[in-house]
Amino acid sequence: MTSPGRAHIEARTLREDRWWLQPLTTFVVFSAFVVYATVRAFMGRDYYASPYLSPFYSPCLGDCVEGASDFGQPFGWWPLSAALIILIFPLGFRMTCYYYRKSYYRAFWLSPPACGVAEPHSAYSGETRFPLVLQNVHRYFWYAAVLVGLVLTYDVLLAFRPMPAEYAVGDGETSGVHMGLGTLLMIANVVFIWLYTLSCHSCRHVVGGRLRHFSKHPVRYRLWTWVSRLNTSHGRWAWYSLFSVALVDLYVFLLATGTIQDVRFF
Amino acid sequence: MSETTPTDLGPAEGRHPMTGNALSGDARGGMERHTYDVVVIGAGGAGLRAAIAAHESGARTAIVCKSLLGKAHTVMAEGGIAAAMGNRWPEDNWEVHFRDTMRGGKMLNNWRMAQLHAQEAPERVQELEDWGALFDRTDDGLISQRDFGGHKYARLAHVGDRTGLEMIRTLQQRAVALGIDVFMECTVTDLFKDGDAIAGAFAYWRESGRFIVFDAPSVILATGGIGKSFKVTSNSWEYTGDGHALAMRAGASLINMEFVQFHPTGMVWPPSVKGLLVTESVRGDGGILKNSEGKRFMFDYIPEFFKAETADTVEEADAWYDDKKNNRRPPELLPRDEVARAINSEIKAGRGTPHGGIYLDIASRRTPEFIRKRLPSMYHQFKELADVDITAEPMEIGPTCHYVMGGVEVDADTQESAVTGLYAVGECSGGMHGSNRLGGNSLGDLLVFGKRAGEHASSYADSLGDRRPRVDEADVKAAQTSALAPFEVEGGENPYTIQSDLQQSMNDLVGIIRTRSELEESLSEIEAFKVRAQTMVVEGHRQYNPGWHLALDLRNMLIVSECIAKAALAREESRGGHTRDDFPGPDDEWGTKNLVVNLNEAGTGVDLHEKPLPEMPEELKGYFA
Amino acid sequence: MSYTLKLRIWRGDKDGGAVEDFPVEVSEGEVVLDAIHRVQATQAGDLAVRWNCKAGKCGSCSAEVNGRPRLMCMCRLSDFEEDETITVTPMRTFPVIRDLVTDVSFNYEKAKELPSFAPPPRDADGKRRMAQVDVERGQEFRKCIECFLCQNVCHVVRDHEDNKEAFAGPRFFLRYAELDMHPLDTHDRRELAQGAAGLGMCNITKCCTEVCPEGIHITDNAIIPMKERVVDKKFDPLVWLGNKIGIRNKDNDGRTEV
Repeated sequence: MTSPGRAHIEARTLREDRWWLQPLTTFVVFSAFVVYATVRAFMGRDYYASPYLSPFYSPCLGDCVEGASDFGQPFGWWPLSAALIILIFPLGFRMTCYYYRKSYYRAFWLSPPACGVAEPHSAYSGETRFPLVLQNVHRYFWYAAVLVGLVLTYDVLLAFRPMPAEYAVGDGETSGVHMGLGTLLMIANVVFIWLYTLSCHSCRHVVGGRLRHFSKHPVRYRLWTWVSRLNTSHGRWAWYSLFSVALVDLYVFLLATGTIQDVRFF
Repeated sequence: MSETTPTDLGPAEGRHPMTGNALSGDARGGMERHTYDVVVIGAGGAGLRAAIAAHESGARTAIVCKSLLGKAHTVMAEGGIAAAMGNRWPEDNWEVHFRDTMRGGKMLNNWRMAQLHAQEAPERVQELEDWGALFDRTDDGLISQRDFGGHKYARLAHVGDRTGLEMIRTLQQRAVALGIDVFMECTVTDLFKDGDAIAGAFAYWRESGRFIVFDAPSVILATGGIGKSFKVTSNSWEYTGDGHALAMRAGASLINMEFVQFHPTGMVWPPSVKGLLVTESVRGDGGILKNSEGKRFMFDYIPEFFKAETADTVEEADAWYDDKKNNRRPPELLPRDEVARAINSEIKAGRGTPHGGIYLDIASRRTPEFIRKRLPSMYHQFKELADVDITAEPMEIGPTCHYVMGGVEVDADTQESAVTGLYAVGECSGGMHGSNRLGGNSLGDLLVFGKRAGEHASSYADSLGDRRPRVDEADVKAAQTSALAPFEVEGGENPYTIQSDLQQSMNDLVGIIRTRSELEESLSEIEAFKVRAQTMVVEGHRQYNPGWHLALDLRNMLIVSECIAKAALAREESRGGHTRDDFPGPDDEWGTKNLVVNLNEAGTGVDLHEKPLPEMPEELKGYFA
Repeated sequence: MSYTLKLRIWRGDKDGGAVEDFPVEVSEGEVVLDAIHRVQATQAGDLAVRWNCKAGKCGSCSAEVNGRPRLMCMCRLSDFEEDETITVTPMRTFPVIRDLVTDVSFNYEKAKELPSFAPPPRDADGKRRMAQVDVERGQEFRKCIECFLCQNVCHVVRDHEDNKEAFAGPRFFLRYAELDMHPLDTHDRRELAQGAAGLGMCNITKCCTEVCPEGIHITDNAIIPMKERVVDKKFDPLVWLGNKIGIRNKDNDGRTEV
């Protein structure tokens, strides 16, 4: 900032607006999420309240509670929480996401904290070296995220299953379909997850962005325009889906611990 | 190519990477010296195209420009490049374009220039595409062409409403790729001659204030126009008539200086952007003009000359946008002089808007999506600068000084002036546009004649061999003294004040409508400004000092203003960009001659004489039967 | 409608300088550049400022207004309170020449390092054919007015002078993307973008997009797609395999590396 030849201005920034507000908010919210998610992921219990499965534990491939494993238990020998087996995929997807990168580089690494505000580091090499060069694997996490999205969609279908008999209230509860607040939350969650997953920059590249001749690939061009439209709000979907995942998990936790009762619609 | 003399401080290597300055920032005194075959003054479309042509013909070429590379006024051109490529209308060809150009210029054009322009413009546009320009496309994938005032067919190759930016960026990138030397933020103040031939140029670095001498047998003037002499103008600070004045001082003559184009649509509010251009494409894409009573008044102003091809009912005019074959053009798309005069009359008659303009309405006629797609810069410009959403409300607009048809009198084929080795292209040359320029013909002009000038300047330099003109050291001394004169004065006037008074005076007395008494008054005011300018005083020192730069530019503005006023007083008729209240119609007698101005013997004022128009050959006359 | 603006301007050169007060009369509808011009005409005739079109089209009057990179001609005074102090400083990433004028040669140097457009021969009728949808992405990037505000705000060079050598900056990533998406270009510039231009230095913190006066989506539409294209070329084994066994589509064929 004060290299020789440049205009000599001492201040780190001359900005007078509250430029620190956004990075600070990001820092607080992301930190809170990380703490919450870590605690929940390591707990290894209270993640299933039939028919709802917490998204942190889906698919549940370890030694899971009864009813939670819809895809078998290939990792039944795993001694720790089942969440730890699969959480690397959504976590990796978000860690390498172009939007999250922007947010945490700004809020956590202060590189830079805001536009026109000097960063505190003396050297900088960007994403050219290990480990940050690994950000380039984002598209592989995206492939995984599509699978996770499919699993979570399946979970939503399962969330329409009848409630177990002990929760049944009145007639018809044990047959047909059920829908409760949990189902609704899971629907909202899966919608945000899909919006976030499909608005991904790698997705935009893969469906058509990498082409040079849209005119020769009309279908892919159409897909690309759709993804491009979603992509402009990628950051918004990132936030919404972050909240919705945590909220669904919290709801399941509260049900599983018996703190609250599911709100039933039918 | 050219040998380096011992006094040279070296060519490209060792020069400052941006400005080309060869002196270290700390060195005192000394003068840079460079030898080139062709020196191009100005880095707008014309200058860049000329430099590219000169370089490609093998000349060692330099571009000297007052601003940074890529900032020239060409970026302001919005509409497009007129070229009869026939991509939209296969019927279109150079003959139709030639006819439109001549009729638009009220037959006062140099026929040969109009012909060359119409013939060569299509290839010049294609060339831009070879260099990376991305024009809007037709459905067949060809370069799209849009409608513009005065052009019979949709003919303007365009990129949204930022065609000028596309053109300058393309040419700039081409010049950089070719490795042409560029001297940025460097102003030429004098030309050197050896006998009757050009020997070089004298310039100063804006950054350091130090001087440079260019030894070059060919100098191409591509300095643009004179708009800064007027208060309400769409032109930037650079438009001080440098090329016009340099040419005159070197002994060349100017023609058609009375013809100044007032663009009908400039912004009128807020005051800080008064004069800023609103592209003609707004009307080409469906915009109409209304007075404060809501009347679409252009139907009342269709002149006899254009009656046959202009719609006289609202129905026909509106139908034209969709069916151009069976309907005539809306009167809003008459040539610019007609529309500007009509707007001026409406405002004078008291039917203007609150800020003294009239309404240009596209909001009620096209969808917001259409407007944002077709006119993105205009949307942005009004939104940002005037808080007006042009998709929802009409714009307030009024005439603004836009372009000077007059300029250095040149040979049509080579663009060489009366001075051997001195060429002029683009706005600072005269003849091509006659008394009024059609929209879109300017960008074509820059490309067609830029290339011609570059090639001829190069071959002339090449033909000289060892017999190159030499710069006289006494002339260098004189140029230096003259450039530093404003620092010598004590207790004089601030150049900003004189400039602002000149602009006001020109606007009031030599503006869109002129009369004898006002023109006479303006000439005596210009005399008074000249006297005041002799005692201008400049604060500070030579390093990046805009006050000093203005003081030097002001000399050029004064001489050019005098040319305009004098020619305007002499031409006793109304034609194209010259309207006399006391001589309201065109005069056939005047239609056969140009007015030519020269610097007088003493170098203190200008002399004027009449000259018959060049005779058009019979086969071309046929187009106007 | 007029009032006295509390204007402060940095004055000085490479040897030093300071922010000075220039209280100046301004009126409704004016922009920061108007105020600067009035200071120049009435208080400091030698105040150095670069400007041309005064309409946001040439990109000359770049500076920092209250610490934010802006075009002075597009910075309306009505966006500030009348009693607010406005501080104008030169761009901080480039060497200062004098007052508000900086030496932006960094950008002109970087421009020279970029291989230009390389088209194939024209069609038989002497014209070229490209579909509108194929040129639209490039057209967005060509709206760039080269104000260099993106280059100025980018922390990679703003905060680290030593990175200037290896980093071309957002303006030129825009150019790489434009050429890489050009339907006719015959060069493959992906290695160059990553290597010589330093695309990997960018950590997509998006300040370039934030300050762009033309509203170009530099990060989302140019830099990130360019990073993804580089991944195709350098980091993705599946793409390599797809190309090897010929199942990947041939849209990018016919280009040679530069």
